Amino acid sequence: MQAKLKVWRGAPGAAGRYENYDVPFEQGQTVLDGVRWIRVHRDPSLAIRFSCINANACKECMIQVDGKTVYACTTRMTEAEMTLEPLPNKPLVKDLVTEIAPPDERA
Amino acid sequence: MTAVPAKAGAPPGGARKKIRAWMETDVLVIGAGAAGMYAAIAAARGGARVLLVDRSLIGRGGATVMAQMTVAVAVGEEEPDHWEHHLADTLKAGRGLCDPALSQLLCEDGPDCIREMDGWGIGWARRDGHMAQVHAPGHDRKRCVYVDFLNTGPAVSKTLRARVQRMPEIRRVGDLLVTDIAVRDGVCVGAHAVHVSTGRAVPLAAKATIIATGGLTRLYARNSASINMGGDGYALALRAGAELIDMEFVQFFPIGHLAPRLVGMDPIMWDPFRYKLGGRLLNSDGREFLPEAGKYTSARDIATYGILKEVEAGRGSPHGGAWLSFQHCGEAELRSAFGPVIDRLAANGIDLTRQNIEVAPIAHYHMGGIRTDTDMRTSVPHLFAAGEAVGGANGANRLSGNAITEAVTFGRRAGARAAALASQTAMPALASARLDAKRPDLNPAAAIVELQRVMNRDVGPLRTAAGLQRALAHIQGLDVPLPAPHEGLDAEWVDIHDLRNMRLVAECVTRAALAREESRGAHQRDDFPEGDTRWQRRQAIRLEGNTCKLS
Repeated sequence: MQAKLKVWRGAPGAAGRYENYDVPFEQGQTVLDGVRWIRVHRDPSLAIRFSCINANACKECMIQVDGKTVYACTTRMTEAEMTLEPLPNKPLVKDLVTEIAPPDERA
Repeated sequence: MTAVPAKAGAPPGGARKKIRAWMETDVLVIGAGAAGMYAAIAAARGGARVLLVDRSLIGRGGATVMAQMTVAVAVGEEEPDHWEHHLADTLKAGRGLCDPALSQLLCEDGPDCIREMDGWGIGWARRDGHMAQVHAPGHDRKRCVYVDFLNTGPAVSKTLRARVQRMPEIRRVGDLLVTDIAVRDGVCVGAHAVHVSTGRAVPLAAKATIIATGGLTRLYARNSASINMGGDGYALALRAGAELIDMEFVQFFPIGHLAPRLVGMDPIMWDPFRYKLGGRLLNSDGREFLPEAGKYTSARDIATYGILKEVEAGRGSPHGGAWLSFQHCGEAELRSAFGPVIDRLAANGIDLTRQNIEVAPIAHYHMGGIRTDTDMRTSVPHLFAAGEAVGGANGANRLSGNAITEAVTFGRRAGARAAALASQTAMPALASARLDAKRPDLNPAAAIVELQRVMNRDVGPLRTAAGLQRALAHIQGLDVPLPAPHEGLDAEWVDIHDLRNMRLVAECVTRAALAREESRGAHQRDDFPEGDTRWQRRQAIRLEGNTCKLS
C-alpha cells in the first residue's frame, strides 16, 4: 500500500510550504512510522518530536492530521492523501515540531 | 552577546527573556527519568541548587515512562520478606557477576524509596488495605508492587515530576542535549550542551554532575526503548575518561510483542498479563517448549534462548517468534485483570479470547554500564552516575522488577552524595566548546537504522565470533565526528549526534561480547555454549585516544 503524506515544512519567520511524499506502508502502520520512513529514505532534515515511538506514553508527538489534533504514533496511515501540520496554537519550532514544554522548563 | 547566568533556584514562572548563553549550578543532573528526578530531589534536599536537564521534555521521555510492569521491593506487605531475600534472588539471577555492594544498595534502600513515593501519592495497587505484591519470575516470593493498569512507569514519572516541580531549588530545562562532559585537569566541571530547538551551544558549569541517561537498547532494531536510549551516558562517560563494565550484557525481554501490529502500547506489555493470568507460550506445533505448564516461571535469559532456538529449529510463529495464548481465560477474567487495556487491544483488532498473539525477544535493558562505587562516584572526580546508566548491580542478567528500584535507589544516593560534594566545592569556570568537525556525507537517520539492523542480527541474544567480527567491521567503518548544528532545530544534526554515540557504544558491546568466550546470562555464544568459571569476572572498557581498550 502507498500513503500520500502532504507535510508542512518551515521555520519561524519564513513562509512555509507543503512537501508531498509517497510512503509505502503495511496495514496497521502509523503516521509516525510514515514520517520516520521519510526521514530515513528521503530527507533526514524533516523534524518531528517524539520519544517513546509507538507506546503513546511520552505524549510528545501531537500534530495535526487533516486539521485534527492527534498523536502521530497512534493515527494509522491510509491510502488517501493525509495532510500533516504542526499544532496551530503552539509556538512553531520547525516543520512538525512546536514548543510544548511548560514555560518554566524552557532554556 | 551578554552571558546571563541562570539562577537554578529562580522561582517557576519567572521572567524569561531569551535563551541563556550559559548556566551554572551546584549539581547538574543529565536525564529526567526516575533516576535523574530522584537524584534531583535528593540533591535539593541536601541543600544544593540543581539543574535538571533532558534532551527531550522533563519527565516524559526516557525508559521510566515506558515501564508498564512491576517494581521489586521487599516491603513484605503481601507476605513476610526481608531485603536479604531480595538480594539473594538478585545475585542468583546475575549468574555470578553482580557487584554485591551495588545489588545490596538496590535491595536495602528499595523499601524506603517505594514507601516515600507511596507518601507522595503514587497509588501503588492495594488489596485489603496493604500494597498488592505479585510473584514475578526469579523471585522466591510475592515481592513486586505495581500501579494498575499497566501504569507503573507513567505513575513513577508523574509522581517524581510533580515532586520536582514543587522544589524551587530545582531548575528544569528540556530540549537540552548534552554533547560532552566538561573535564578540566581530570576533574568533571559540568557539561557542554546544545539547545536543540535553536542550535545554540550552552555550557553548563557544575560543581558535581550526575549522568542519569538510561541504557542503550536503541542500538537494536527490535527494542522497547524510547528514542533517547542510544547509550548517550556511556559515550559521555567514556569520553570523559570513566570506565564502563559488563557492556556485553544486554537483556532481551523474551516476550516482546511481535504481531499483529499493535500501537499505543508498550511492546513489553504482555508481562503483567502473564503475572496475573499465566498464559501459555507455544511453538508452531502448538506445544509448550519451556517447562512452565501455563505458569510464568522462566527467567528472561532462559526464555529468550528457548524462543530463539525454537525459531532456529523451524518451529517459530509466522513472523519469527512464538505464540502466546490466553485462550484459557474467559472474557470476564481478562476484563477484571486488565480493565481498559482490553478495549485498547480491541482497538488494535486483538481479541485474546479467540486468538493467540506472536511474541519474540526484544532489547529491553542493559546490565552493564558506568563503573561506580556505592556512592555512585565514577572514576572521574565530581562525576556521578545513577540508574540503568550504572553497571554492576544486575550482573549478567537482571531480575524482573529491579530496574525502577535501581533507578530510584541509585538516584537518591547519587543526589545526596553529589550535593555533599558540591557543598565543599567552588564553582568552576567553564568556557564554551566549539564543535567544528565537517558534516559527514551520509543520511544519519538511515545509518542509524542500518546499525540497528546489524546489531540485532550479529550482537543480539545469540552470538558467534563470525557475526561479532562482521558487526565490528561495520561499526569501525562508521566514523562520525560531531559538527556544529545549523541555526534553528537541526533534526539531521541530532541524528549525527546520536549516530556518533551509538557507534561508540556499539563498539564497546561488540568488543566485550567477542572477548567473552563463554555463555552466561544474557550473553549467549553459539560457538561457546557453556559457562566457564574462568570467565566469572567482569570486563572493563576505557577509551585510549580513539580506541576502546578492554581489560
